[in-house]
Amino acid sequence: MVLVNVPGKKLSTHHSWQRFLYKAAPYIFLSPFLIGYIAFSIYPLVYSFNLSLYRKQLIGGLTFVGLSNYGKVFQDTNFGEGIRNVLVFGAVQIPVMLGLALIFALILDSELVRRPTIFRLGYFLPFAVPSVVAALMWGYFYGQGFGPIAQIFTALKLEPPIFLTASGIIPAIANIATWQYAGYNMLIIYAALKAIPTELYDAARVDGASDLQIAWYVRIPLVWPAIALTILFSINGTLQLFNEPNVLTVVAPSIVNLHFTPNIYLYNLAFRNGQFNYSAAMAFSLALVSGVIASLVLAATRGEERENNG
Amino acid sequence: MASQTLRPDTYQLRRKANSLATYFFMAAFLVYFLIPLFWLVISSTKTNAGLFSTFGFWFSKDFNFFQNLKDLFAYDKGHFSLWMRNTAIYALIASVGSSLISTLAGYAFAQYRFPGRNLLFGIVLASIFVPATVYAVPLFLMMSKSGLSNTLLAVILPSLVNPFGVYLMRIYAEQAVSQDLIDAARVDGAGEFRIFVTIAFRLLAPGYVTVLLFAFVGAWNNYFLPLLLLSKSDLYVLTVGLAYWNSLASQPGVAQVLYILVITGSVVAIVPVMFVFLFLQRFWQGGLSLGSIKA
Repeated sequence: MVLVNVPGKKLSTHHSWQRFLYKAAPYIFLSPFLIGYIAFSIYPLVYSFNLSLYRKQLIGGLTFVGLSNYGKVFQDTNFGEGIRNVLVFGAVQIPVMLGLALIFALILDSELVRRPTIFRLGYFLPFAVPSVVAALMWGYFYGQGFGPIAQIFTALKLEPPIFLTASGIIPAIANIATWQYAGYNMLIIYAALKAIPTELYDAARVDGASDLQIAWYVRIPLVWPAIALTILFSINGTLQLFNEPNVLTVVAPSIVNLHFTPNIYLYNLAFRNGQFNYSAAMAFSLALVSGVIASLVLAATRGEERENNG
Repeated sequence: MASQTLRPDTYQLRRKANSLATYFFMAAFLVYFLIPLFWLVISSTKTNAGLFSTFGFWFSKDFNFFQNLKDLFAYDKGHFSLWMRNTAIYALIASVGSSLISTLAGYAFAQYRFPGRNLLFGIVLASIFVPATVYAVPLFLMMSKSGLSNTLLAVILPSLVNPFGVYLMRIYAEQAVSQDLIDAARVDGAGEFRIFVTIAFRLLAPGYVTVLLFAFVGAWNNYFLPLLLLSKSDLYVLTVGLAYWNSLASQPGVAQVLYILVITGSVVAIVPVMFVFLFLQRFWQGGLSLGSIKA
């Protein structure tokens, strides 16, 4: 951008001052964010990484141990078990949830159903529910005391199913997460679909493509960036799974144990046992695992998407 | 539909059958998404005993909702109203503040070319994917060392930094604020800050509202950060308080009466957020497309 001399105005001093302000303006606009970002993002990361390099010894107090805490984390069977739990959870829950979200979005966008607004809002509503409340509510829903599912089974003179068992807990939590976030992910994909010009579909249709073919070869590839975003956020959220299992611990303490997910383990280590150094290392390890998995999944799905495009 | 001219009878019949099946599919999921909420609202009108003795999906004979509300706010020296107040203060300041800060930053990234721009934006983008867990230990220690733990500031301050909001506002600013308009204002002699306040911010308002809404809901529903940083029960937020009561209610023989209070409290905690979403949907639904355009 060029600052233009405005005729009739004294610009000699004014001009350079304005030029300075123009140069300084972006930094001034950015400064509130940058100050906060340094204080509450960069500084904590540096601080925490530094913490993770030390260990409290019985003799000698706090000692520098280099990366040895990280070695310990990756040998920690409790951490490994937690990672395995969230991976099993994510391997089923993420494809189911995002598959549903994509189908909902495609249906709503193609105007196959009347009154799409009701569906859009109804599906999205659970996102407005705090995950704690969602977990409480579903916990009661699953429960034997006054859970409506158990009531229906009892009324039919059947044995009510027990959901919160060792093998049932992961599907039970997966259901809560799907219930909460399918609609939100649907909206992200839906918004991207809305941005595609409909002439593209008409062109494909004239060429004799069916609705399914159009969805698979035209619409899904075009909204791939939005889908990729939902995948990334879902993986990130899954690796950090905390709220739902933490609430359900109360109902099923023997199943949702103190290292059920990496985040629950980390929380207990840090805030019950005060092992800040070790849990700092664990948090970075979790971020690393999360990043590696996210990039692997993205690379794999992106390759597949290219194949579809021929 | 463009293809009505092709094979009219079978095509349309098949289409009708498909759309009926689709409709049932969608309706079944509507039930799935709404029935737990329906159950929650019904349950909040019962007595604690009625919860156990009457059918979950319908009202019991006595309508106890208002008594439950009274009990909810009276229980434990009225802690619930404190939790509501704390949640409202936290969510309001965090969302208004963080979206304002994000708007300023997003505008700067979109409107100006300056040294360090790409590097800075890259760092901001990368930090969107840093798991919140990584911040748990350092924030906790920072807040205790600075004497801020057990104040609402401890949860408000970190929430003011919203990299995803900056990303969204940059994309929005690139579309909504035309460079020509800004340049014209400059030629007219308007300063950079006057341009932002009088012209740009108005154009950015829909994006601002979207970021604000999601930040509000994020803060209102947040559990992890308040759980770490607020350990006195009169400083709890709704999520932490409700989870705490639920854990009390589940202990054998302690306070089973709390179940109905947790249920009523959950209804009260959900209502403001739903209200905000339903009444401002015009804004946030448009704003949602932001993230996908250039991702």
